[in-house]
Amino acid sequence: MTLTAKWQERLDALLPDEARRWSEFRGQCRLIVSRDRLATTMSTLRDKCSMDMLIDVTAVDLLEYQGAKDRFEVVYCLLNTESGERLTVSVYLNEPELTVPSMYSLWKSADWLEREAYDMFGIRFENHPNLKRLLLPEQFASYPLRKDYPMQGRGERHNFPVVTRAQS
Amino acid sequence: MPLELRDFEVDDYGRREGLWTLNFGPQHPATHTTLRLLLTLDGEEVVDAEPDIGFLHSGFEKLGEALDYNQYVTIVDRMNYISPMANEIAWHHAVETLLDIELTPRCKYIRTIFAELMRIHDHLLCVGASVLDLGGVTAFMYAFNERERIYEICERVTGQRFHTSYTRVGGLMFDITDDGIEMIRSFVNGFDKAYADIDRLVTRNRIFIERTRGVGVLSKEAAISGGATGPVARASGVTRDLRRDEPYLAYNDLEFDVICCRDGDCYARYLVRMLELKESIKIIRQALENLPSGPIFAPGTGKEALPEKREVYQSIEGLIHHFEQIMPNRQLSSERGSIYAATESPNGELGYYLVGDGSFKAYRARTRPPSLIHFALFPQLIRGCMLSDVVAVLGSLNIIAAELDR
Repeated sequence: MTLTAKWQERLDALLPDEARRWSEFRGQCRLIVSRDRLATTMSTLRDKCSMDMLIDVTAVDLLEYQGAKDRFEVVYCLLNTESGERLTVSVYLNEPELTVPSMYSLWKSADWLEREAYDMFGIRFENHPNLKRLLLPEQFASYPLRKDYPMQGRGERHNFPVVTRAQS
Repeated sequence: MPLELRDFEVDDYGRREGLWTLNFGPQHPATHTTLRLLLTLDGEEVVDAEPDIGFLHSGFEKLGEALDYNQYVTIVDRMNYISPMANEIAWHHAVETLLDIELTPRCKYIRTIFAELMRIHDHLLCVGASVLDLGGVTAFMYAFNERERIYEICERVTGQRFHTSYTRVGGLMFDITDDGIEMIRSFVNGFDKAYADIDRLVTRNRIFIERTRGVGVLSKEAAISGGATGPVARASGVTRDLRRDEPYLAYNDLEFDVICCRDGDCYARYLVRMLELKESIKIIRQALENLPSGPIFAPGTGKEALPEKREVYQSIEGLIHHFEQIMPNRQLSSERGSIYAATESPNGELGYYLVGDGSFKAYRARTRPPSLIHFALFPQLIRGCMLSDVVAVLGSLNIIAAELDR
């Protein structure tokens, strides 16, 4: 049985969901869920399938990707530290509802990873304890890793407010 | 069942009186590189630490969408600048996974040798700098003396001391010469003395032990939940090493031990790094003994790999092939799909999530930086410790700001 078929069987037995889709590329298995079922699916993966480490949370802006039907894809990379199994979970989002439940209560590594995804893409994570910008200054107004933000920026660096010694 | 806020722990230190804030600012000799900590202290005890990062943010991930797979290696070099070739090896490992390219045995062995040399490079710095922060200048000098020899090896083999940009898609920039191999061999033979110098000075040093034993303890559950990998996780009992669990390059053929500890304090992290130095020397010795001959680029790899320079300058097919590869309007296409591929970099699991859109540029080149994940663990490690322990814990985590901020 292929890797994907094994995962499919395992997860269907624990949590049936007709809207779930699976794909495989270069031997890596990907699970695509809808946003409403994300929280339950991730809890099941952590508690029943022992995926105890959240390796990465990231987002992809599919604006210029040929054949994409949605705007954003939020990607979670999971790992089972005992058996070494990996799984990638994707959720597709569209404007204006760019919100996803936060995974902080399941895996603490989601804290800063989600903050960075918010910082760069503007995706809000519900129930995140501290959803502030992480890398960029707080006054920064745009979401730079979106495809409609130019690589050279919009002059934010040039116009950054400078505090002189007299003011501070 | 939504995930609710009541699952989170609540701090009640706001009710304590007499707390003061110390800005462990971005410019400070003990914060390795530019990162900022807002420490809330009760006398000398740290009650809370809020990290503030982003001083070195340079938009590397945005650049990844503008540069192609061979050009981006120069940017990737500059992330974990303490062990540059480790990042290059990780990046091209990810690209070769995406493009489904198999390396030649010689290329695998050379990359393994350099990955281990970079591991020695990084661990020497981490150990040296963490001891320096606690006041031991001599051990730092011993470590940096050895690192200088690795810089000379890099210069001999790749032409550059620091940001080597040595790997290419499907191979290396050029082959290693015999004098490069001799230099590596003499480095390996001379390393034991330097290791013994540092070891005798630091490992059983009363002052060092008192300052690092029991300080900054990371439990196994916190390490797994926090996503820690590499020496930081192995020092807490998480026995994962990608070189053994998901072997890549030549690690399948080489014998080495995975070093783990149970305590999870700063001393454990120091010990794991010191013992990993010995394992790296073992690996390099084996790889040098068994270095296969042959080409660097697999023949008939498909059009993704660059031809050898000799072919480019001496045959018309090589020249055409090179032109087709390099010119941006003629580069050959790749498949569409996305992967996550990671290697065991000296700092932990350095992974790249690559989305390919069929061209020779990444559509999304996400770096999963171990420094970011480990720095996020810092507040929980430092609660209840003294102010002077901040420096010890920060040094043991090996935070490199360029990888943290990208």
